[in-house]
This record gives sequence, C-alpha cells and structure tokens, in this order.
Amino acid sequence: MSSLPLFSALLRLADDRLVLGHRTSEWCGHGPILEEDIALANLALDQIGQANHLLTYAATVEKASRDEDALAYFRDAIEYRNALLCELPNGDFGVTIVRQFLYGVYSVLQWDALSKSKDGTLAGIAAKSLKEARYHVRHAGEWVIRLGDGTDESHRRAQVAVDTLWPYTGELFMQPADEAELVADGITADVSLLELAWEVQVADVLRRATLTAPETAWMQRGGREGKHTEHLGHLLAEMQIVARSHPDAKW
Amino acid sequence: MVATAYDRERVFAWLEEVKDPEVPVLSVVELGVVRDAVVDADGAVTVTVTPTYSGCPAIRVIEESIHDTLLAKGVLRVTVQTVFTPAWTTDWIPETARAKLEAYGIAPPGLAHTSDELVPLRRAGTGPRCPFCKSANTALRSEFGSTACKALWVCAECTQPFEEFKAI
Repeated sequence: MSSLPLFSALLRLADDRLVLGHRTSEWCGHGPILEEDIALANLALDQIGQANHLLTYAATVEKASRDEDALAYFRDAIEYRNALLCELPNGDFGVTIVRQFLYGVYSVLQWDALSKSKDGTLAGIAAKSLKEARYHVRHAGEWVIRLGDGTDESHRRAQVAVDTLWPYTGELFMQPADEAELVADGITADVSLLELAWEVQVADVLRRATLTAPETAWMQRGGREGKHTEHLGHLLAEMQIVARSHPDAKW
Repeated sequence: MVATAYDRERVFAWLEEVKDPEVPVLSVVELGVVRDAVVDADGAVTVTVTPTYSGCPAIRVIEESIHDTLLAKGVLRVTVQTVFTPAWTTDWIPETARAKLEAYGIAPPGLAHTSDELVPLRRAGTGPRCPFCKSANTALRSEFGSTACKALWVCAECTQPFEEFKAI
C-alpha cells in the first residue's frame, strides 16, 4: 500500500491542530482575565504539541527528507489541509470559546476513535491527545454555558458566535475519498461516523446554555482540498515569517 | 573489550539526579517520564522517555539533561528515544514523590479518572488539601496554571493560593 494516503490523513489531523493552536495562541497577553489568558495559552500549547507529534510522524511516513518544521513552516496555504473552521479569525471571546467547544467535541470523538487505530504510533498519539482534548472541551463547554446562560449581552454574543461558526462545522464530517483503504484497514477513523455523537453532545450543552443551533443545511467546505479562506494566508505569514527569513537557524 | 561498569539499575540511579526543570523537586524517574533504560554489551545506553503533555516545552530540556548526565557519568554513547504508549499518567508518581511535592508547596495529584460526561455541570470528587495549612477547605481558581501540568487553587482557611499537580 502506498504511504501517501496515510501522509495526507496525518496532515489533515495535524493542520487542524496547528492552525487552531496558532489562532488560540493569538490570545496570549490579550485574555479577558489573567486566568483565562493562561488557560488559552495552555490549550494552544497542547494543540501545537499534538500537531508537532503528528507532523513528526508524517515526515517519517513521507520519507521525503523534510522534517516537522519544514512541514509546518515551508508549506503554503494551498498545501494546508485543515478544516476552514480552524483558520477563521478569533473574533470576540464568545467566537473563540464557541469554536473551541465545537471543534473540541469533534476532537475528543476523533482521538477516541483513533486511539483504537491498528497503527501503533497514531494510536499512541491519539490516546495521549485524548486526555488533553477532554479537559479542553470541558473548559470551553463550561464557558459556553456561562456565556449563553449569562447576561443579555453575553447570550447575544454567544448566539452570534454559534450562528457564524455553524456553517463551518459540516466540513469536519466529510470523509476524504483517499482514506477509504486506511479506514478499511483500521488505521484511521471514518469522520462521517462521528457526526451523530457530535450533534448529541453539542445539542446538550447548547440547550443548557439556552442557545440554539441554526437550521441551516448549507455547509462551507474547501480546507481539506487546500481551498482556504483568505485568513489562512495571513495566519501563515505571521507563523512562518521567522523560519522563512532565517532558514536553518538554530536557537 | 572491557566489562561494562554499569547496569540498568545503576543507570536508573543516575537518572534520579535529572530533575524536571519545571518541578525541580521531582526526578524524571519519579515523574514517570523515564520508561526504560537498556545497556547493551558495548556500554551504550538507550533511554526511553514519554512526554507528560503533548506541548510540554520541558521535554527537550529533559532529553538533553538525560543525555548530558549519563555522558558525565562515563557512559560512552547515549540515545534517548520517545514512545507514546502507554500514555503518561500522574498515577505513575509514587507516594514518596507525592510527599516531596506537597512539602515543596504543590498539592500532589489525585487519582486520574475520566468521566463519561464531556461537560459535567458539577465537578466530581473533592479538591486537594492545602499543602501549607493542610485544610481541605480549598477552591479551584483555574484549571490552568503556570505550567501545563498544574492547576491553580486557593485555600479558604489560610488564604494561600497554591498549585496542584493535575491528575491526568
């Protein structure tokens, strides 16, 4: 079997976490309160760390003599495979937290499925990341309830966040065609099978938060094929500038 | 060829000298980061480590410290390799190390457990006792502290804020 589908699958997993982790790190020094500033920095650190492990493994699978840093810093936007949801700007604290929650539930379900992978390395990374994703979603979920069931203003903003982000959630569950063999072999997990469990978990928290999911059926897509919003280019420009200005620098 | 002057047990004793840079009261062995050490016939040592948190910035420093410490002890060649399975858990930290943590002012971790509920309305279990006045009357301030592995608590008795080593 060609290793290319596995490489592509690992990029999809890694790029989600790297791009969302970078977004989350933008809050560093800007959090609404000190504890939350530290919390968001912690979440970002975990997500970037997970991406680091995945890209390191992807590099060994690809066997193209580029390492995890080359994959992170020397790929252009068109080569990134993250879901569009992860690259959207942070918006206000409500958008940041609601995205962290919507993606977090997906992430827990995906790591849980991948922790049973027949690929030992991937299963190991997944089992480790699952522990972290669980407290990420707990933290974000508690905030969603607090904001949604809080003041009129916090409720309004949280609902705007849900409405804004919702059309970007469908892409998470679109199963890429090139992964069929990997799924059949028990290496990766079919993301379309996670959707029902995701809906149940998300609906439960939204209900407790007195928020409602929009009834839109239209879903944005493109990130998994490298067709991104303009926001990713700006994010990468900032993330990659030092590495590209000083290639092979050591510090 | 000379007989190797050290074995696995000796290597582990040496590794007790390598401390976690962020919690310098614990060795990397007590922390559970060191999973194994293999001494081959030529005296080369392979140390297997597992990261605590995926994003823990201390892991690189720990790997370098293990490498440098063993070389300083006279080991000719040191390889440090990383494994992810089984996933690191604070349950591996022994009682003796937990006592050291508390004496240092960090509440030791409770038992790691996972709830089936993703976002529980109320947290299960009780919090750690204050490492300073030993009161059980403590409140969680933030699940996130100065490092990935710690949470922030405050003692309602002696009003002392303190950190807890998170159970994971």
